[in-house]
Amino acid sequence: MRRLTVLATGPQALVQDLGRPGHAHLGVPPSGALDAPSLTLANRLVGNPEDAAGLELLLGGFTARAHGSCTIAVTGPSAEIRKNGRLVDSHAPIHLAEDDVVQVGTPRTGLRCYLAASGGIDVDKQLGSRSTDVLSGIGPAPLKVDDVLPLGTPGVPTGEDVVPPVNAPQELAIPIVLGPRDDWFEQPAEQLRRGRWTMSDRSNRVGARLDGTALQRKQNGELPSEGLVTGAVQIPPNGLPVIFLNDHPTTGGYPVIGVVPAGYLPHIGQARPGVKVRFQPVE
Amino acid sequence: MLLRRCGTDAVLVEVDSLGQVAAVRAALQGIPEVVELVPAARTVLVVGGLAQVRQKLENIDLSAPPQTDKQKIVIPVHYDGPDLELVADTANLTKEQVVELHTGATYEVAFCGFAPGFGYLTGLPEPLQQPRLDEPRTKVPAGSVGIAGEYTAAYPRATPGGWRLIGRTEITLFDPRADRPTLLAPGDEVRFEVAG
Repeated sequence: MRRLTVLATGPQALVQDLGRPGHAHLGVPPSGALDAPSLTLANRLVGNPEDAAGLELLLGGFTARAHGSCTIAVTGPSAEIRKNGRLVDSHAPIHLAEDDVVQVGTPRTGLRCYLAASGGIDVDKQLGSRSTDVLSGIGPAPLKVDDVLPLGTPGVPTGEDVVPPVNAPQELAIPIVLGPRDDWFEQPAEQLRRGRWTMSDRSNRVGARLDGTALQRKQNGELPSEGLVTGAVQIPPNGLPVIFLNDHPTTGGYPVIGVVPAGYLPHIGQARPGVKVRFQPVE
Repeated sequence: MLLRRCGTDAVLVEVDSLGQVAAVRAALQGIPEVVELVPAARTVLVVGGLAQVRQKLENIDLSAPPQTDKQKIVIPVHYDGPDLELVADTANLTKEQVVELHTGATYEVAFCGFAPGFGYLTGLPEPLQQPRLDEPRTKVPAGSVGIAGEYTAAYPRATPGGWRLIGRTEITLFDPRADRPTLLAPGDEVRFEVAG
């Protein structure tokens, strides 16, 4: 059986596909790759369907050995990729033969690289997805040294393909659509426009936490819990925004001042602690 | 009924009661374009299919009880929870009377949340509608059966929690590998019985 054996994981290595949307009414988060465009690109580079499972590698430091031959590709921010110790290209297909060792270095910008392997990571699905949900503990556990990752049946590679890496910016101007609870805040658009934040090191796949301007509410208390979408910007009592990402709880009781459009969220999944953040309220 | 904007492809339907939540959920079920339909205490979150959703909501009768297929589920409980005596004292009842009340009622899954498979059940007899603990527990064991406010629930797995615990069940509430991963889904009818 074709497989990869994990030799080093780095800070966090997770199996991710495009998640399990459609189960929120059962209390199950959507999960899935935070930077989905980078995962689908990696899959295309190795001839996989876009929704095949790959690896989400936080800040590199990942090493694996191939058993049987396979094609891999690493996407996301630019990072040093080595095959048997020699530099090879990221964002391009890399052929691995039996016992070849691939190393993914720390990305120069951003947070998360994506590794796809031909045939996809073929662990069992849970609720229709192979993704690890760090909030609920659904899906495979975070990878450990000596884990063996089975690969599925490879598809037909689409030929040589090289694409530019993600360049994660040092400053984000995050678009936000006001609502559903912007009426809990005095001049919500103005407060969002004027505030200045930095990405907190307490951010994770559940939510991006921001340090900086505390938003002022015009009413106190809590709401009866209500459904949350991915990208919801919730304001807890300390006034510091939390942008919910893919492993977010399905309901919450603090007011959501606005929602970041889904198309922008991959940038937030790549924003390192300390990155400067502004909001741009949009209609 | 109020529709609140929730980003570019979702809307939060706000209503006045759990009954109206059930009516909205039932009316919007089965629309293929809807990706998520998440009932809660006073709202239903709808993701996707907004054109069809707005159309359905235009002539909705919020007072009509929903006509949907609901499962009937019985949960066996060992009534030996650490807060059973506190609940009995608060209600001015004996422990036996608390068990009789809790097993005598028929409940409905109003919504799920907090954790996968955690169903908020309504229909709790009035004497058992009691506040949360002053100090939440850092770890509530899986299978614990508790009450809080107008709800009763069983914890699918060990989590922190502030509900008053009256018993425990051995039934599986959440299994991500099963075809039906959660025992409870919104709208289901639930009774509790004394475990043999």
